[in-house]
Amino acid sequence: MSKSKAIQWTRKHLIGLSDLSREEIEFILDTAQGFEEFSTRSIKKVPTLRGKVVVNMFFEDSTRTRNSFTLAASRLSADVIEFTKKSSSVSKGETLIDTARNLEAMGVDIVVIRHHAGGAPKLLTRSINACVVNAGDGFHEHPTQALLDVYTIRQKRGSLDGLKIGIVGDIAHSRVARSDIYAMTKLGAEVTLIGPPTLMPASVKDLPVKVSYSLDNVIEELDVINMLRIQFERMGGNPFPSVREYSHYFGLTVDRIKRAKPDIVVMHPGPINRGLEIESEVADGPNSVILKQVANGLAVRMAVLFLVNQAAALKS
Amino acid sequence: MEILLNAEQVNNTICTIVDQIRSDIPADTDIAIIGIRSRGEILAQRLEKMLQSHFNEEILNGTLDITLYRDDLNEPKSTQPTVRSTEIDFDITHKLVLLVDDVLHTGRSVRAAMDALTDLGRPRLMRLAVLVDRGHHEYPICADYVGIKKDVDESQLVQVHFTETDDEDRVFIKHE
Repeated sequence: MSKSKAIQWTRKHLIGLSDLSREEIEFILDTAQGFEEFSTRSIKKVPTLRGKVVVNMFFEDSTRTRNSFTLAASRLSADVIEFTKKSSSVSKGETLIDTARNLEAMGVDIVVIRHHAGGAPKLLTRSINACVVNAGDGFHEHPTQALLDVYTIRQKRGSLDGLKIGIVGDIAHSRVARSDIYAMTKLGAEVTLIGPPTLMPASVKDLPVKVSYSLDNVIEELDVINMLRIQFERMGGNPFPSVREYSHYFGLTVDRIKRAKPDIVVMHPGPINRGLEIESEVADGPNSVILKQVANGLAVRMAVLFLVNQAAALKS
Repeated sequence: MEILLNAEQVNNTICTIVDQIRSDIPADTDIAIIGIRSRGEILAQRLEKMLQSHFNEEILNGTLDITLYRDDLNEPKSTQPTVRSTEIDFDITHKLVLLVDDVLHTGRSVRAAMDALTDLGRPRLMRLAVLVDRGHHEYPICADYVGIKKDVDESQLVQVHFTETDDEDRVFIKHE
């Protein structure tokens, strides 16, 4: 894997990837590389964030991302407060900002937030002094997922320059797709969004991507394919006639993977709807890096927590 | 800028360290040489090559990045440290670990390195080799094998250049 030049990281918040430069993204990935060997050590902990407090504010359900952030913070020796909507005063009517200010009064240094409203993390940065890390906001961004996606591709292929990457499925409801598009194109890949017109966002023409309404037309060209989950919980109306029909046209089946390049990298941000967007044989097959993505997520999140905390210690 | 060691003197100084180690560590020792990034890494590699004939078994070699163990991470500062990888792909437990750095100054890097190493395993013995001991130790840490000892004023910086990364072998004193 190539090492990019060291830069000064000065951001104490990570809200999205849209305004990050290529160099900044590469710097996060290089930093994450330093955290990768931790999982193989007998003592999987470093004293780096000792005495710091990280709060996980999750207003939406999550297993992977929340656990990954918790473990990342614990491995850096931070204390972690788990905050979920159901068991908090939010259910008594407290506003987001009041909740965050109260947590900050307890000495929280880093707030990791997932919220159903796009822009909630940005709003927080204006009202509290702690570092804010976006763990997914509405249909806006999910920066750490995209960072672990590009980290995994870089690990597999050395670089993203010139790679053809397909993102398939529910683009309209996907903050992962949005962050992926920013990260992948900034790192030099060519991104094609693939799915039925009803699942394409209205803003697609403003994005630096190609669009295809047929997976069969493009499958043979792709170096990487990222299969998104159909987010039934976010959908109103019926974007496609039936699950079976969707699967028939856009599912990653064994038959389709046979027509792809033999070394195509198969990705999925999870959780998987097996048999819907991806067949089990493909999800568990030799081209799949789905579990590698989860493992890399830990290294990437450790890097992000480390970097925002370091930026907070910089003299202005 | 004052030159402390030229290319030939750098080589002679490394030979001095090698001689000290040969006379002190028996040939049948299970040894691993671990350099602290980044100049300690290069010195460690050179020592490994020069010491190979002395030891019966092959010398294990690794590189340690101490950034995550530094004691000034939360101090206000103007530049950020860069995290790089630690590359030690063997178990250090029960071995003699020879820790290598270019310059011994405050002793804080060595303290961080010892903490990092003890998180990786439990060495039987740990020893420290440095090219230059410039004095002004802030922690109670001394090197076991020293190339050159020179008391350098606190306002000055001792910088080591190796051909592998800097196109020349040279040690000089810079006025900050």
